[in-house]
Order: sequence, then C-alpha cells, then structure tokens
Amino acid sequence: MTSAAPLPVYRRPKPVWRRLVARPVGLAALLVLATLALVAVLAPYLSPKDPNFLDLMNAGAPPDAEHLLGSDSAGRDILSRLIWGSRTTLSGVVITVVTALLAGVPTGMAAGYFGGRTDAFLSWISDVMQAVPAMIILLVVAAGSRSHFVVLMAAVGIIMAPGYFRVARAAARSVSREDYITAAQVAGLGHGVILRRHVAPGILAAVTIQTALAAGIAMGIQAGLQFLGIGQSNVPSWGAMMADGFRFMLTNPWLLFWPSLALGVAIAALALLGSTLADVMRSRSPRPADAAEAVADGATAPATPAPEMDAGAETALRVDNLRVRYRNGGTVTEVVHGISFSVRPGEVLGIVGESGSGKSQTVYSLLDLLPANGASTADGIYLRGKPIHALPEKERARLLGSAFGYVPQEPMSNLDPSYRIGHQLCEPLMVVHGLGRGEARARVRDVLAKVGIRDIDRVMRSYPHEISGGMAQRVLIAGAILGQPSVLLADEPTTALDVTVQAEVLQLLRDLRAETGMALVLITHNFGVVADLCDRVIVMRGGHVIERGPVAEIFAHARHPYTRALIEASADIDTSRRELDRMARRTESEAVQG
Amino acid sequence: MNMMPEITPPLLSVEGLDVSYGPLKVLHEVALDVRPGECVGLVGESGSGKSTLGKTLLGLAPVTAGRIAFDGRDITRLSPRERRAMADHVQVVFQNPYGSLNPLMTVGEILSESLWYAGLSRAAMRERVAEALEQVQLPAEAAERYPDAFSGGQRQRIAIARAIIRRPRLIVCDEPVSALDLTTQAAVVDFLIDLQRQTGVAYLFISHDLGLVRRICHRVAVMERGRIVEFGDGERVTSTPDHPYSRRLLLASPVADPVAQAERRAAWQALKTGAMEKPRP
Repeated sequence: MTSAAPLPVYRRPKPVWRRLVARPVGLAALLVLATLALVAVLAPYLSPKDPNFLDLMNAGAPPDAEHLLGSDSAGRDILSRLIWGSRTTLSGVVITVVTALLAGVPTGMAAGYFGGRTDAFLSWISDVMQAVPAMIILLVVAAGSRSHFVVLMAAVGIIMAPGYFRVARAAARSVSREDYITAAQVAGLGHGVILRRHVAPGILAAVTIQTALAAGIAMGIQAGLQFLGIGQSNVPSWGAMMADGFRFMLTNPWLLFWPSLALGVAIAALALLGSTLADVMRSRSPRPADAAEAVADGATAPATPAPEMDAGAETALRVDNLRVRYRNGGTVTEVVHGISFSVRPGEVLGIVGESGSGKSQTVYSLLDLLPANGASTADGIYLRGKPIHALPEKERARLLGSAFGYVPQEPMSNLDPSYRIGHQLCEPLMVVHGLGRGEARARVRDVLAKVGIRDIDRVMRSYPHEISGGMAQRVLIAGAILGQPSVLLADEPTTALDVTVQAEVLQLLRDLRAETGMALVLITHNFGVVADLCDRVIVMRGGHVIERGPVAEIFAHARHPYTRALIEASADIDTSRRELDRMARRTESEAVQG
Repeated sequence: MNMMPEITPPLLSVEGLDVSYGPLKVLHEVALDVRPGECVGLVGESGSGKSTLGKTLLGLAPVTAGRIAFDGRDITRLSPRERRAMADHVQVVFQNPYGSLNPLMTVGEILSESLWYAGLSRAAMRERVAEALEQVQLPAEAAERYPDAFSGGQRQRIAIARAIIRRPRLIVCDEPVSALDLTTQAAVVDFLIDLQRQTGVAYLFISHDLGLVRRICHRVAVMERGRIVEFGDGERVTSTPDHPYSRRLLLASPVADPVAQAERRAAWQALKTGAMEKPRP
C-alpha cells in the first residue's frame, strides 16, 4: 500500500462564542446581559437604600442627591428597587427556563429519536398542554400556592415546555435520520449512548437559540403577572414597579419609565442574542478540502487552448472569455478563468468536468442565476450573432427568458409542489409570451406529447408528487422547450435518474434536437453520456478549459491525462474482478519465483 | 491467501427472505449467499429493494419470513444484546460521505466510539485508531480533525476505517462511491479491492452502476421490484446476462466510447420495441 499523503494545513473552526462576540450586535447583547447578571448578583452591595423602606414623607419625590432616580408612591428608593428587581427577574427567568428545559428537552429528544408510538404519545401531551389557556392555569396556581414565587415561575416553565419539546423533537428527528446514527447502531452502541453522544450535541444549537428567545418571553410573562399584582408584595420587582408607575402615569411618568426601560432593554438583548446565535450557529464553514483542490488545479492547469474558429458559420451561442468571480468578505475568488466556446444550431456541445470544475457556474452566469455575491464578465456573448452581454438588464432578462431553455439536475425540487403540472407549464406562456389560456393549454399539450408523455390529461392534472422522477424530468424538458428556445442548457439532466430512465431521457433529447434544430449545451461528468449524445466536447477543470474537440477525436486521442482519466473512469466495459485477481496472482507468483 | 473462494461454506446465507413495512411487501423470497473473502454485488434501480436487503442484514428492517444465517448461526431475529454483539462481525459503509460522519466529533472520536464495547484501554484504542487510519491511507494526525476538513473521497475512507476498526468479516457497502466524483470513485473501489486482499473481509456491494460492480464483485445479483431475478458470476452477469431485466439495465448504461455506445443504443432500442410487442413474462 502506498503511504499516506500529508494533509493540507488545517484551521480548526472558531468556537461559537468567539464568532458571537465578533459581531457587534452579539457582543452588545452579551454585555447588556452580563451587566444585568452582575447587578443582580451584587444587588446587596450596589443598592444604595433598603428597597422596602417606606418613607412616606418622600412619596413621589423627584430625583435628588440621596435618591438618584427619585422615590415611588410609597416613598421607596426607585434605583434600589430597580437593582433588587433585576435579581427577582433573573432568578425567576432561571427557574422558568430550567423547568422548561428539563420538561421539554428530554421528552422532545425521545420523541424525535424513537418516533412511532413514543412520539405519538408525547406529542399528544404537548399538544394538549398548548391548547390549555396559560393565564388561567397561572392564576389558579397563584391562588393555590399563595403566589409562591418559585412555584409560580416553575409553572410558567411547564407552560413553556411544549416550545422546547417541539424544537428538540424536530432537531432530534433530523439528526436521527443521518447515516451516522445508523452507523452508531450498527457499531453496537445502545440508545442511551447514542442519545447522549450524537443526538444531544446535534440539537444543542437549536436548544440554545430557543433558550435565548424563551428567556425573553419568560421575562415578559413574569412582569405581566407582577403587574397584575400576583406575587409577594415585599419582593421588589419590575412588574410591580410598573403597576405602581401605571397608577401615577399622568402625574409622574418617570415611575413607569425606569422599570419599563429595564425590562425593554433586557428582553431586546435576549431577542438579539437569539437571532445572532441563530446566524452564527447555522453558518457552516465551506468544505475546505474541495476548495483547496480546485485552487491547486487552477494553478497547474495549462493555458486555455484557442477555440476553433467559427468564422462564417452561423452560431446559436458564442461566449468569449467568460469569467466568474465570487466576493466573500474582503476576498475575491475567480472560479471560471476566461473560457470561450460556441455552439451551432442543431449541435450538441458537452461541457464535461467534476465538481468544482466551474461547469455549472458557467451555465448560471449565462442565465444570470449567480448568487448575489457572484458576478461574471465576458468579452462577448452572442445569441445567433446578436451581442447580449452589453444589453441593459431588463432587455437581457426578457431575451434570456425566451432564447434559453434550462433543464436542471433535480427534477423534483424544480417543480412547485403546491401547483398542478398543467398550471405550472401554462403560466409562463401566458405571462411571458402573452398567450391566452386556451392557446397556452393547446401548446402545452403539444409539447407534452412531443416529450413522449402519453397520458397527457392525467399528467396536467397531477401535482408533482404524483408523478415519477423520470416523468418529472420530461415535464421540465417540456417546460424548457415551450418557448421554442434557440439554445437548451441542460445541467446534469440525467444524473439524478436511474439508468433505464436516463436512457429514455437521452433518447428524448436526441429526438428533440433533430426535430427542432435547437442547439443543446449539455453539462455532465459522465463520458458515457457524452459518447451517447454529444457532437463536440469541452473538458473543464478548476475553471479552465483543458481540452476541446469533436467527440470522436477526444475519445480516440485525448491529449490531456485528466481527460483520459475521466474517460477511463466512465468506461463500463472494464476489467472484471476475476481478471484483476488473476493479474494480482500472476504478479505475486512472479515475485515469489524471482 | 484465498482470493477466489469457490467451494468454501458461505459466511452469510439468506433464504426465502420476506420483508414488509406494514401492508407493503418490499422483499420477496430473496435468496443470496456471500462466501468468506468474497465480494457479492447487488444491483438494481432505485426502489428495487437493494438497500432494504442491506438494512435487513444489519437488523434494521422487519423480517416477516425466511432465514438469515451468519457463519452457520441463525441471526434472523436477535435480541438487542445479541444484535450489538454482531457489530464485531458485520459492519456498514453508507453512500453519503457528508451524512455518515457526525460533524461535531473528531475523526478519532468517531473511530474509537465503536471500540467502546471491546473494553480497550485508552492507549490501545489510540493504537487501533492509528492502525485503521493507516489502512485507509490517511495520516495519523487526521484523528485530531473534524470531518469538514476532508474531501468526499477522504471522508469515505474515514467511513471505511470506522467499518474495519472492529475487524469484521463482512461489510455491507451501500452505494459507497456513488456520491463521489468519477475519478475518486475508481480510486476508492481499487482501495476496497486492496483492503479485501489484505484482510480477507467479505463485501456485499450495493450499487446501481454495473461497471463498478464488474470491477469489484466476484458474483452479482440483480434485483427488480424486491426480487432477485439473476444471481451468478460477475463477469457473465455484467456482460451477457440471462434475464431480460438485467439486459435492459446493461444496455441502458452508456459506454464511454461513441462507436460502442451507438451499438449499445441500437440494441437497447431493439430490446425496448421487442419488449413492447410481447409483454415480459
């Protein structure tokens, strides 16, 4: 066996908290919450007065040196009550969230992981709990426990548990469908170990985000209860202060202002923390190894061979020196390095390459489908000799819509599941081409017949999930040729299909080409498909064209070793295992004799 | 080294296997055997039941009738404890190199996890992890990294390392290379052949690609709608199959040679029109 190649330099992904504080909003929210926690913990030392000391002489007094924020209607120091109130608020939130976590997360994990009856039973309980009016339960609990703070906050937690249950269940369910869970089962790990080691870390992100949001809601509910007067009167709280301030709102608005400000800032900080966490935890690092490979290829690839001249011959599409770049933060990466090609009417051009070769980027840039951080430039793009690269965006969009047909790789994800097939095909004809409903339907029926669909009425009435993958690809091809495009761009049109269906779709494309005379640009990684359908080929690697020519020539005398490797990899009439073993035995016995 | 096991008793044998999900019967009287050190291919289209058969062997699908024997022992219905013990003998490699490795664990953690039940010491575990990484031709420092530091082909090697670390006698490979680029596919398949020659492990190789199956499999079974319609020598089934469905499958997969492909397409069309004229038996 050959020795292992060294690995490229590896940068460990930054931990979540570092990515969080790198964002101004995340940092600000964290600082606000940390300050709040600090104030709550240090309340006995920070508070200038006894928050419950009644000084009726001072009732409603404005701020002065002794009472920095003034006094409330019973003459208690507002600043001291705010400081102690933060303690109440935070301890209440902690009780609520811990209760909700304990009640919601383990049950949600179990429901999502085991599914079946466990899931049905637990989900039923969760649904029932959500249907019960929360305020009534809380009032009953308050009355029954004589407004015991801990009991009341725990009750809020129980009411919020279904939220956690749903989040944990959904996350555990999606994690449980991953192959690594099955692999762990096959490795002989018990359910407990799998839940602890694989499922729990997998749902951590979702539960953390939920906690930031739930804490904000818990704070709001708590203040609401205190505002209504539920709770012990000797416990200073923001909600009770707001109730007091509410009574004197017109004469002394500051009484209401300070607790409202504290509550508002705290809840806003939690909400912002939640949304920033969601951003940070969901953004996954790109696959570095593949990117590195692509760059390395680009560096060593030879210069693009000159395109064969098409002077005089009518071209359906000609592209000169096309480049595609992506902006990522401050850096710009070029993924397609100036490629040129042309295709004549009735001709099939194959663009061949593996993932990262830039073949799909080429198609996306032709169709103006690059994502927002991508951009393309070209010296020229000509549709039937007419330059389109310099057209204003609107005109270009209209031209692209009618001149190009596009067949994507995944048929199912390119049909809208909520509309019938007939509607989806007729709509663009009516909107883009201005046909009437009857005309559009007649045209769609024609084209569906052309793509080999026999049961036209049934297919037009069907929703996408009611037809097979091969049928869906036929429908998409029908959609692509409805507008009678001069160029059909097909991006791996058969990769997602079974071989027998693939053969049918290739046959269909061949027939359509002969019938309509349109040019076909076929993106593929499979030289078998190239051999079946294409007239000319360009081979791409790392954003460069490394080889081009007529199909017969490429198969007979590929110049670039990479092209030869690709052709060999697609070869189906391959050495069999029996032959391989025979060869191996022969070398082995020769080695022994020698 | 026994590279062409012909008359050895089977390591795995499946007889009259039926599998149903509720009223839906997905496997019908499946019979199959795998000998020690042998690679048996299982080809068919999506929905043919080939993956279900793989799952059934791993104890992940409900058997309604029939018998599965491993090394002469009936393993059709095992208790959870017995099933866990089977992990020493039968392992699995999945199709998707991105979903089959937990992104939150380092490669070392992923590999050593399946050694827990063996009750090894920490040092022994580390040694086994290094050994497995060497077998799949990855450097030892790969153990410190997370899966997202690796390309698709490397990830699949890690998945293979996880499968061989318990030194099993059979690995169920469920489309192990179909998510990879073509040139990577060839490399991984040749690597699997090398590994088989070194360790004598047997494979059940599930795939839809007849070319790959021809290269790696000694014998090949063709599945259609939950039934095995043909089972025989790999060289023969992938070049001159008996059953009309196997022939359709073979003729539908394009060859990377324009002249040969034109012939194959003509044969495919002839078979198709022929099949239309007289319905399949």
